[in-house]
Amino acid sequence: MATLAHHSAETEIEPVDYLNVEFGWKSWLLTTDHKRIAMLYLISITLMFFVGGAAAVAFRINLLEPEGIFAPETYNRLFSMHGIVMVFFFLVPSIPATLANFFIPIMIGAKDLAFPRVNLLSWYLYVIGAAFTMYAVLRGGVDTGWTFYTPYSSTYSNSYVLAAAFGVFTAGFSSILTGLNFIVTVHKMRAPGMTWSRLPLFVWSNYATGLIQVLGTPVLAITLLLLAFERIAKVGIFDPNIGGDPILFQHLFWFYSHPAVYIMILPGMGVISEIMACFSRKRVFGYNFVAFSSMAIAVLSFVVWGHHMFLTGESMYTGIAFSILSFLVAVPSAIKVFNWTATMYKGSVSFDTPMLYAFGFIGLFTIGGLTGLFLASLATDVATHGTYFIVAHFHYVMVGGMVMAFLGGVHFWWPKMTGRMYPEAWSKFAALIIFLGFNLTFFPQFILGYLGMPRRYHAYPPEFQMLNVLSTAGASVLGIGYLIPIVYMLWSLKYGPKAGNNPWGATGLEWKIQSPPTTFNFDETPIVTEEAYNYGEAEGVHG
Amino acid sequence: MLARLLFLADLELFPPAASAQAGPIDDLYWFEVIVSAIMTVLIFAAIVLFAWKYRRRPGVEAVQIEGSTPLELTWSILPFLVMLVMFGWGAQLYFAAQQPPKDAMEIFVTGKQWMWKIQYPDGNREIDELHVPVGQPVKLTMASEDVIHSFSIPAFRIRHDVVPGHYDSVWFTPTKPGRYHLFCTEYCGNQHAGMIGWVTVMDQRAYNNWASGGGSQGTLAEQGEKLFQQFGCATCHLLDQQGRCPVLRDLYNKPVQLSDGRTVLADDAYLRESILEPNAKIVRGFEPNVMPNFRGQVSEENVIQLIGYIKSLSPQTPASQQGSQQPPVVLAPPGTPAKASPKPKPAPGR
Repeated sequence: MATLAHHSAETEIEPVDYLNVEFGWKSWLLTTDHKRIAMLYLISITLMFFVGGAAAVAFRINLLEPEGIFAPETYNRLFSMHGIVMVFFFLVPSIPATLANFFIPIMIGAKDLAFPRVNLLSWYLYVIGAAFTMYAVLRGGVDTGWTFYTPYSSTYSNSYVLAAAFGVFTAGFSSILTGLNFIVTVHKMRAPGMTWSRLPLFVWSNYATGLIQVLGTPVLAITLLLLAFERIAKVGIFDPNIGGDPILFQHLFWFYSHPAVYIMILPGMGVISEIMACFSRKRVFGYNFVAFSSMAIAVLSFVVWGHHMFLTGESMYTGIAFSILSFLVAVPSAIKVFNWTATMYKGSVSFDTPMLYAFGFIGLFTIGGLTGLFLASLATDVATHGTYFIVAHFHYVMVGGMVMAFLGGVHFWWPKMTGRMYPEAWSKFAALIIFLGFNLTFFPQFILGYLGMPRRYHAYPPEFQMLNVLSTAGASVLGIGYLIPIVYMLWSLKYGPKAGNNPWGATGLEWKIQSPPTTFNFDETPIVTEEAYNYGEAEGVHG
Repeated sequence: MLARLLFLADLELFPPAASAQAGPIDDLYWFEVIVSAIMTVLIFAAIVLFAWKYRRRPGVEAVQIEGSTPLELTWSILPFLVMLVMFGWGAQLYFAAQQPPKDAMEIFVTGKQWMWKIQYPDGNREIDELHVPVGQPVKLTMASEDVIHSFSIPAFRIRHDVVPGHYDSVWFTPTKPGRYHLFCTEYCGNQHAGMIGWVTVMDQRAYNNWASGGGSQGTLAEQGEKLFQQFGCATCHLLDQQGRCPVLRDLYNKPVQLSDGRTVLADDAYLRESILEPNAKIVRGFEPNVMPNFRGQVSEENVIQLIGYIKSLSPQTPASQQGSQQPPVVLAPPGTPAKASPKPKPAPGR
């Protein structure tokens, strides 16, 4: 990619790496290199992120006026597309399919994932799924929300439910394959000496994610198939008019979709562990507890789904059980937050861009997590269910948490992935803009929620206007904040200074190899003799 | 510009509290807000403090620390104990919210794309408007004609999904006269945002005045009786002697023996099912396939009227006074004379 004109001094002998080893579209579309597949994923999910983001900006504009600006049909299709695209085509694959795909093999000292071709298949399934969903959008959209609740979706909706559901169904298999690949890779491909207790926490969190992907996603596939049976063949499964039960759908849907919430946050937690250790120059405080908490979250995530259904008329005792279990799952998340904070204690903290995103993550995830307690608590769930309080809560976790972690991770590993540095001042500025824009968008929604404003309303009573205007203003700032990194990251590919092999002075196998790595990562299999985050003995403290 | 500023001046940040439920839920809410605020401030303060105090300086190296099990246990257990308070407090209020008082006034709500239809026992009917007297516990029995809706009155802090296929209920005691929003909070299609209305809380006299008009077609029970004749129910369900179908007098809220050996309570849900899908539960001694399916033939509103009529055939049986401890009503098979069931006695308290 470097041209002679710009890098006269350095391009005499350009070392071979995974990017310049082959050229042409075939070398990308038929690649089995986990790093190239990760880049394919990175491009795909970034495109989808901006599709979903554009929908969000559009419906936020609609909400500037109490009576709405667009037709309700349009608004409903916009928020449905936003949810479907962001959940299934951005958040679920975001970190696993890109950063983890790229770095798990390297971090454990392997040449590739266990099943390189399955890895490529997973990307193709993702693309096919995305294509079906986009087809549904172009044909006129889908208006069921990302939750596809029956009997609305199976009987009443006149939109392109099946095409969208088929897209999600297909993308689900891509997610299963990624998870499967990670589980097998972590079990079977670790380099000599890379014991479980030496695994970087990023690997632990993605391993836990893989378990959820493999065990949970098939249930989503089954649920969507049953939905299709009912919609096409009128088999009574969910619609009470033909003998079904609409609540059954919710049980099945949330049996996947609550664990999926953790698919969407655990990998981000892994990124934060890496960043906190590197920029504090310390091993992560309480490594065992942080690693174990990822596994605890993965297990507990499967027994909390009923908290989405406190108002459906489920029995009081069911409600009580799911309430206490939901509180329980908050404990391992809290453990992580405390340990990250404690990692800085007596450290040597620097404020590089990835660290700013990590600060943002911890702060916003804390608020997202704490507001989750309001929803685990039965009585306050009743008062806030289905309102903007919920919207604010899960955006603090998903956007304030996961998107921050994703951006933090991309900024952390960009020098390794591309061999180039991005402009520091711009990247810090963007991180600040994103943090401010995010809070301005979503904090007013907590207030709106307790006031009672329902979600998914294209129009609303006039007294809610001021808070909605604030939220839309925030969304505009946030939108600009997300565009800035696109510009300087693309710029850095060509004009960014060379990064060197270890610009942050970090530990970890990925920093010991060339930037960008060669196709098989290591010339010879590394032998691991030390724990992760051995900053005490790391030479050349970066300052 | 001035308008905008004025607009800001009456910016509402907290909803009015207009029911007996609202206060206790707000107390829990504020407890959670305060706990969250304390935790957020602690964590933010720790981040800022550590980041500043231990910022990178030349010549100063990080001190490697493994971790601390006592600390880990402390910050796992202490927060969990606080969470247990939230859990117990929330659960207790949730329990109370599911147990309407015995003297609650019953009002019927049918959700339908995209309106709320309200039926009062005295026969009054409204759309997207609910009138209730202040201080009177009100129990809503709710049905959906199509998709899932959710009935929500933010000022009362109450909300419940209205799921098609069965009855849902919710109750509240209004405490402050006024007009409050009524929202649908489960996405239900195109005009979901239009499925809103008003709850009017009136003092008892104003309410009596408002209600005195009564239904133009008689009380709920009278409307139901009319339907009972119109649908031909009376041909088989004879009132005082056994016909081809069970006698409905004194049936409401009594246990019924089924042909498969089970005993069920003849409550609203049972009666609704038996009207829409008679073969789902056959009373012992009766044949299936005698009564036609009424699913799709009668609306949820009509079902409510019919149940109102059946209820009126069992005078003085307030819903919550009937326990399942009583011996089941043995409905005699056709041919044998019907035996009047004993007068219900109040069941012992729960």
